[in-house]
Amino acid sequence: MTFITVSRQISSVARVGIATIPKRLGASAVVVVGIAGVVGVLVGLLAIGEGFEKTLTQTGNDRNLIVLQAGAHSEAASSLGRETLAIVSQAPQLRRDADDRAMISAELLVGASLRKNATGRESNVALRGIGRQAWALRPQVKIVAGRKFQSGLHELVVGREVRRQFAGTELGSTLTLQGQAWTVVGLFDSGDAHNSELWADTDVLGPAFRRGNGKSSLLVRLSDSNALGAFKSQLSTDPRLRVDVMTTRQYYSRQSERLAGMIRAFGVTIASIMALGAMFGALNTMYSAVATRAREIATLRAIGFRSVPVIVAVLLETMLLAAVGGVMGAGIAWLLFDGFSASTMGSGGQIMFAFDVSPELLRNGLLAALSIGFAGGLLPAVRAARLPIAIALREL
Amino acid sequence: MKYLHLIWAGLFRRRARAVLMLLSITVAFLLYGPLETVRSTFSNFGQSTAGHDRLLTLSKLRPGAPTLPLSLYQRIKSVPGIVNIDYACAFGASYQDAKNAFPLETHTAAFFDLYPELELAPDARAAFQRIRTAAIVGEGMAAKFHWKVGDKVPLQTSEQRKEGSTVWTFDIVGIYRFTDPGMKVWENTVYINWDGFDEARLSGAGTVGWYVFRVADVRQADNIAYEVDALSANSAHETRTQSENSFSASWISELGDFGLILTSIMSAVFFTLLLLTGHTIAQSTQERIPEFGVLKTIGFSDGAVLSLVLSESVLLLLLGSALGLAIATLSVNVVGTLLSNALFIQLQPIGGAVWLRGIGVAILLGLIVGALPALRGLRLRIVDALAGR
Repeated sequence: MTFITVSRQISSVARVGIATIPKRLGASAVVVVGIAGVVGVLVGLLAIGEGFEKTLTQTGNDRNLIVLQAGAHSEAASSLGRETLAIVSQAPQLRRDADDRAMISAELLVGASLRKNATGRESNVALRGIGRQAWALRPQVKIVAGRKFQSGLHELVVGREVRRQFAGTELGSTLTLQGQAWTVVGLFDSGDAHNSELWADTDVLGPAFRRGNGKSSLLVRLSDSNALGAFKSQLSTDPRLRVDVMTTRQYYSRQSERLAGMIRAFGVTIASIMALGAMFGALNTMYSAVATRAREIATLRAIGFRSVPVIVAVLLETMLLAAVGGVMGAGIAWLLFDGFSASTMGSGGQIMFAFDVSPELLRNGLLAALSIGFAGGLLPAVRAARLPIAIALREL
Repeated sequence: MKYLHLIWAGLFRRRARAVLMLLSITVAFLLYGPLETVRSTFSNFGQSTAGHDRLLTLSKLRPGAPTLPLSLYQRIKSVPGIVNIDYACAFGASYQDAKNAFPLETHTAAFFDLYPELELAPDARAAFQRIRTAAIVGEGMAAKFHWKVGDKVPLQTSEQRKEGSTVWTFDIVGIYRFTDPGMKVWENTVYINWDGFDEARLSGAGTVGWYVFRVADVRQADNIAYEVDALSANSAHETRTQSENSFSASWISELGDFGLILTSIMSAVFFTLLLLTGHTIAQSTQERIPEFGVLKTIGFSDGAVLSLVLSESVLLLLLGSALGLAIATLSVNVVGTLLSNALFIQLQPIGGAVWLRGIGVAILLGLIVGALPALRGLRLRIVDALAGR
């Protein structure tokens, strides 16, 4: 039998199947809705992990390096003395700006307790003390309202997400932190995890939060990317230093991998179990679809249609329903969750992020739908092709 | 009950269909069991009855970080109304593989007086005080890692020892469990001897992560908390004292809105199930209309037919839910393990409360999906039914 004959047979069986879907609307809707549910939950859960990871990994890059206390897993757990800052600033590999100052920002991370609009509860927000060069080191950070803080003053600039989610952070308002009044003078947008932070002058913040000259981390940029090895080995061989160096890209992806991986595993587990349930539903529907069409299929086979086209046609019909369900589920997840803002506890304070329903997630959701359709349609399709013709023709 | 046979026959009239339907219900409740357990664990957080008279004193600036001086111990102890007092530090540890992560807490002997809900053999308690490298581990962990009393276990930690290594070796002197269900979540913790830890750590000797104490009169708790915080007001290490329960509750709310996420998943699962089962039951009723006509002809009342159809769907849901919950209870709690690794807390096994709620949901769903077909059965006119209209 030629390929053309086979495909012609497939298309005629499938056409009849698809054309009669409206007659079996209820049963077909069960497949569609069941699969839409699976895909919706899968895409929705994965979007949480994706959004969290994206927010954090965007924060880092390969040009900026972070220096932390040896063994510290996060900035919040790291503490560096004044001496470390002095030694690292002298490193010859550091890039210098137009005024010949080393590109280094000594940063101090502390927690500020602010009231969250949504819950009315106090939550920890990261308050970052930054050095003068920090703005040049992070060009993605733009002041969108007000101005930068002035060195030496108790002034704060507020990240966009903090402004949105926490009370008392509007321009011009005064926050009392550690018994001292701080004025909000600016609002910044970085498009990354820094949006969940408040920024102030590192030299004002240290004494105010009783951390003296202690810092959490150093942010530096090297004169060229090939200097990384030399810089690292210089710091590690200096007996006065006990520090770790890594690119900020490495640092931030490390911060996100655990939670993101956990959410992914959770989402896939839940969706796989749900998929099993949806597959049973699809099996049920397709078995009864095949049963109602038993006579018609037997007739086709009696006039010369072969088994393979019948199997393929039934499978096609199931997968069409599954695809509709997949598109519906992914669409609902996208409408409901894309950009949905959420927050979780980070090492330094609350990290705010948006769910991210990426095209890749939508594609994976659709693939999952088609797999369920295939698994649910295969057995009924084989049953259809195997029906003994004589018996099926006699069936009422 | 005398119609059970009739109901059963109706339900399994088409065996393949009934089995498939049963399986999808089973799957739904297989999900419901662990998810509902997780949800109720989270919503019960900070409701431990044993902990209502315990207060925690943490650093105000860096809660939990070991920044409080040990000298505060005598000063807090002398505040009137405080009964037992213990101090502690916590950090992360893992066994063999970084994936096997759990919290490590260092405590003094007073810990056991403060936490009577921690069940430990008396000789293990004595050994914990005596041996500097002593550790006690939770029941579940001991089973998971095949630990037994007398074992020496090397743990990879985030804390450096004086000689520069981050691997600490402990002697397991006892295996504990929590009797209070509200404390069960912390059974994933390894507790170690404070003195041994304080001597061996590279930095921060003499600093404490938090103090925990019991007050004689709970009504005085707010005043005592105020007095304790006043001790370090305006010092380099200001403190914040609050009840253990309110501390736990705020910790869990900082993590995220788990209740909402879990409830959404469960709603999606049950909504899908509702449509799926509802449709199949309707279809099965439709096919049997002439049979219902026969039943009515031989004297079954409208109400009897209605309850026959309703009982069928409720029975189906009950069977499926019991099967699903049973599998979930028996099988390893996959979802629970995933969460406990990530959040450092131990989840409880699927308990009676979850079973009860699950069965309740099943009956409710059974009534909902059976309602329309049952009404149809109720309104049937015998003549039409016999004609199959």
